[in-house]
Amino acid sequence: MAILIGKESRVIVQNITGREGSFHAKQMLSYGTHIVAGVNPGKGGTKFLDQVPVYDTMQEALRETGANTSIGFVPAAFAKDAALEAVESGVALTVLITEHIPPFDTWKIVNYALRKGVRVIGPNCPGLISPGEAKVGIMPSSVFSPGKVGVVSRSGTLTYEVAFQLTKSGLGESTVVGIGGDPIVGTGFIEILELFEKDIETEAIVLIGEIGGDAEEKAAEYIRRNVRKPVVAYIAGRTAPPGKRMGHAGAIVSGSEGTAEAKTRALESAGAKVAQTPDQIPKMIEYSLRH
Amino acid sequence: MKLFEYEVKEIFRNEGVPTPAGKVITDPKQAAAVYSELGSSSVVVKAQVLVGGRGKAGGIKFATSTQEAESVSSELIGSSIKGEVAKSVLIEPKLNIKQELYLGITWDRGERSPVVIASSKGGVNIEEVAQTQPEAIKKIHVDPQLRFEPFMGRKLAAEIGLNGVLLQKFGEIATHLYTIFEKYDAELVESNPLAITKDGEIIAADARLNIVDDALFRHKSFDSKTLERLAELSMLERKAKQLGVQYVELDGSIGIIGNGAGLTMATLDLVKFYGGEPANFLDAGGGSSEEEFTQALGILNENPRVKLIFVNILAGITRCDDVARAVVNAKKNLGMTKPFVIRLAGTNEVEGRRILSENGFKSYSAMEEAAKEAVRMAEQLSR
Repeated sequence: MAILIGKESRVIVQNITGREGSFHAKQMLSYGTHIVAGVNPGKGGTKFLDQVPVYDTMQEALRETGANTSIGFVPAAFAKDAALEAVESGVALTVLITEHIPPFDTWKIVNYALRKGVRVIGPNCPGLISPGEAKVGIMPSSVFSPGKVGVVSRSGTLTYEVAFQLTKSGLGESTVVGIGGDPIVGTGFIEILELFEKDIETEAIVLIGEIGGDAEEKAAEYIRRNVRKPVVAYIAGRTAPPGKRMGHAGAIVSGSEGTAEAKTRALESAGAKVAQTPDQIPKMIEYSLRH
Repeated sequence: MKLFEYEVKEIFRNEGVPTPAGKVITDPKQAAAVYSELGSSSVVVKAQVLVGGRGKAGGIKFATSTQEAESVSSELIGSSIKGEVAKSVLIEPKLNIKQELYLGITWDRGERSPVVIASSKGGVNIEEVAQTQPEAIKKIHVDPQLRFEPFMGRKLAAEIGLNGVLLQKFGEIATHLYTIFEKYDAELVESNPLAITKDGEIIAADARLNIVDDALFRHKSFDSKTLERLAELSMLERKAKQLGVQYVELDGSIGIIGNGAGLTMATLDLVKFYGGEPANFLDAGGGSSEEEFTQALGILNENPRVKLIFVNILAGITRCDDVARAVVNAKKNLGMTKPFVIRLAGTNEVEGRRILSENGFKSYSAMEEAAKEAVRMAEQLSR
């Protein structure tokens, strides 16, 4: 079953002819993802790899293929336009891989998506994968395997690292979601925790956070109240030197120090376990599932 | 990009936010003239640095004569404030402050919107106030359709206890500040303190504006400032910036390069966990080419603190074979003699390992094993 994506996902790739778009469209196709269309304004009527039809607009692509999901590989300066087009087209889920999108642009995308009832994952994220079913993202397929652990992460490569450890341990993953590391993201920890809690295939949850902000503290509060499945967390940056301060506003908004210690405290007091090293994660999951 | 106080105040003035009259100087000899020109018996001389906590670090001084203005200026210009050398000072008439307010706008991750924050208890201890008296902090989250309207500023003013003319003035300033926040694609705009003077004026005694780096592409007027900032970095930091990689120097001896901020941070954490000390943080980012990776390795080669190089790659967009070739190249063409500990996994891992072993490099698949080896090697080298 997994969450958000699976065998039933029919995916449009925005900018499928671009350098990143074409590379990852190929990778996704070979993973078995149903890539049903590409969209590149001005290249409508052509075919990608002689098999995937390319359309000029999202609307046309959706009408012709019945897609329900899209993924964008559009450069930052044009990403807002492309994302808004995707949201407007009526897909249920759109994944924004692009990094360096200015927050005002993301704000506009996220709010439009909210009004339209479209789920946005990202931006600045690796996308998501339901191992053995579908990959809508840029992660290396080889480190994932089907299984019972749901993973949600603010990081990119660190997510692959943790999935790799879960795969090696034989636990495998139900779905792995990289929510992205930007100040404003379409979907946060809490929404994904909610989906994992309801998903019958997911037996345990791994949450990968980073220092800064208070998303982990808020997730901890949600876990305390709503999550019955075991949660193991990992926070990157526990030894990072104190970063350059950003005025006072950041600290005032969150009321949290944003340090690894503060996050660890919040998560542990909510009943989650916090791993010190990535290789402790599978052991902690196994322990939690036995007890 | 952080702007200097005098740069921010110029923007504030242009947008209608009251600021003290003032002049920035780079040569202490100009201080006397500025003192006379301002026509105030008492002036404040403020070191222009980008680090926070300047006042507590001795970067703000007062003067009551031309001589004192000059001596104080010459003390501050060229001095180091929390590790940052002040190249200039801003001289302003000293304000007669009756009350210090706080007004700032930033992004609230949780609410996914800008938030306008105000307090009647502004000043250097504002963060303490936020912790101990959260009720003294008032916030308005900005509605994406409505944006910020003047009535919201007046509402905030009323909530922090202002009324009458002061309420109206505060409302206008908040509205102007929000205009600046949007216009400059800011991640932060702040005035702390925003001073109420004894004459009943509200003036931005201090001013901060940080522009989101990702948005600089549509603010071409800052291009020259980007270059100035670049010139102030150390040679290696500048190299890193031009390469587009994240590089921070630390105190240890283990050079670390990873791909992705999260994984690189976790690598530092792991090295520390096993008892080692990282010499740096270097995130080569996703999808760096062989050439780019070679250059990134060059940065670590030139850093004298780095005694060995721990490469930790879990390749997604990045390809292990590119990384392997970069390591081989660095050794051959850059004449690198520093030992390597290499961990490779992910995209094209098999090919990457083959290249490494053919060239006499050992590589690891698990990052824990590699981290332990890096720490062991660092201990050996330090003996």
